[in-house]
Amino acid sequence: MSYSGDRILLSNQREGQVSRFHVWVFVVVPLVAILFQVYVPMFFQFLRFVEMPLLVVVYFSIMQRNQISGLTIGALVGLAQDSLSDSPLGMFGIVKTLVGYFAASVGVRLDVEHSLIRLLLAFLFYIFHQFFFWVMSHALLNKLGPFDWTGTVVQAVLNAVIGVALFHFLDKLKERS
Amino acid sequence: MESLLNRYRNITVLLLVIMAQLVLLAVSAKNDQDVRFIRIWTVTAVTPVARIIEGMRGGSSGFLHNYILLHDTNQENLRLRKDLDKLKMENVFLKNELNTADRAKSLAVFQSRTPSKTVAARIIGTGAGANSKVVFVDRGTASGVQRGMAVVTPDGIVGKVIAAYPIASEVLLITDADFAAGVVTQNGGVRGTLKGQGTPQCKVDYVAFEEKVEPGDLLFTSGDDRIFPRGFPVGVVRTVRSGQPFKEILAEPTGLLRGLEDVLILVEGVHQAIPDAASGMQPVYIAPPPPGGETKPADAKPAAVGTEADRLRSQYKALGEEQKHTYGDNPPGAKAADFTRLGAQPSAGGRNPAPGGVAGGQGVAGVPPSVPAIKPPSVPGIRPPAVPAPTSKPPNKLTDPADATPAKPSTPKPANPPLGAPPAPLPGRGAGDADPSRRINQTAGVPPGGQVR
Repeated sequence: MSYSGDRILLSNQREGQVSRFHVWVFVVVPLVAILFQVYVPMFFQFLRFVEMPLLVVVYFSIMQRNQISGLTIGALVGLAQDSLSDSPLGMFGIVKTLVGYFAASVGVRLDVEHSLIRLLLAFLFYIFHQFFFWVMSHALLNKLGPFDWTGTVVQAVLNAVIGVALFHFLDKLKERS
Repeated sequence: MESLLNRYRNITVLLLVIMAQLVLLAVSAKNDQDVRFIRIWTVTAVTPVARIIEGMRGGSSGFLHNYILLHDTNQENLRLRKDLDKLKMENVFLKNELNTADRAKSLAVFQSRTPSKTVAARIIGTGAGANSKVVFVDRGTASGVQRGMAVVTPDGIVGKVIAAYPIASEVLLITDADFAAGVVTQNGGVRGTLKGQGTPQCKVDYVAFEEKVEPGDLLFTSGDDRIFPRGFPVGVVRTVRSGQPFKEILAEPTGLLRGLEDVLILVEGVHQAIPDAASGMQPVYIAPPPPGGETKPADAKPAAVGTEADRLRSQYKALGEEQKHTYGDNPPGAKAADFTRLGAQPSAGGRNPAPGGVAGGQGVAGVPPSVPAIKPPSVPGIRPPAVPAPTSKPPNKLTDPADATPAKPSTPKPANPPLGAPPAPLPGRGAGDADPSRRINQTAGVPPGGQVR
């Protein structure tokens, strides 16, 4: 993998090396992320803002650099999250499908090993995720209510920071070539 | 076409997936019902793991709490011990309060029942000497206390006032070596002199070796000392050794057994009869007075008082009546009564009189011959009081006619008759008549209303 701290844009797609993971990683990590989402806030309310499934989807999408893989992971994780929430099936699924797709698309162009890129991507995709979810709730479920930009931005920053640390940890699960 | 699909493959898949989820969402929103199997799969996949994690968390948390995080256990133990000590102290304090309340109640009851006029007093100090058996009470001459007055409790005599000050008095305890009081045993009427020794036990002097005294006998005041009226409990004989010419007897005072806190000072002592079967150590049950059960003292059969002077007076009176001699009303030179016949008199005035009264079948002090012979009392001419046997069911006493209690005593009259001289006759009665209220009170602890000792 060619990596330079100064370059954040890849000159061509071949510069970006596709990271490979064991199969169990694709099963266990999303499962743990979902478990975290439904279990940890029971004991630590202040961690409710952490959108761990989204971060996992973003990570796998940008590291796979494959849009179909990204959207598939996003769709599955989103549907699982829908199944464990009170929202109708598909709300998180559609949003995370789009996130996975776009994350994979961005990962093709950017040097996703760069921490700043990761921070930025996590920040932006969190806002996208929350905003699009709000739009869908507003449009499809007729749930009225203003969008909390301030809160969303703050939570996006926090999620981005957590995401960078999480991505660093997940990097250790990659297959070594 | 194929290249077109390959070119737009990704976006096509995206659109298909999104469309599928939109359909799913539409179905869910329209029917208000999910595609249930998706949720079932997810929950089935997630909950076992969540259960395992929860089990691990609970176990580790319990382990952490029970075995590792024990740093505050020592402090908690100390705190609990402190609490326990505090509760123990409170328990002791409350027990003492209860004990004090019981004693005060007992004292109040005794004070209201005894015919003697008493003043309640509280021990406020002890003598300064290391071996002195002296206490100070909070009543003095301002309350009518004088030197020489007896100090008692319901359990027995305590001592006597040796110095009276305006607001306090000094009481010599029964255990002091300088203390002495005339006593008489309950059963045999054996007289002696109780003396303190400076120890918890007192000795009883001047009991002839042929007298029958056994350990366990109860001692009562004899009234001979003119300090303690007759009939107050003194103590229990603990040791009896034969000796010449007197026995060596040690007795345990009952008045001090429960400790000293509140006492009664006999301002005007009234002699009482020695009960047949009384024990100051037994619990006292006092039932409420029966409604309308008060009888006038005049209705009660008069009986002789229980003092030695009364006994002598009765003897001389009977002798005079027998010889038609009137005391103090004879001209000079008139023949005096033949007192030599006094010794020939039957044991009417003795310690163990014949049932029913004195010689000739005539009852002394107005006791009619028809009075049935009951167990002879220790005082001549006194009808044995209806002292009930100790029972475990005190309340039944009120319903048992055999245990009918005597009439309520009238206001006791101060009577400490001097020995050796006939006391002045009481108003409204013959010289031999005894105050009925006294007779009633001679039941010693069986006041009106019923009392079980």
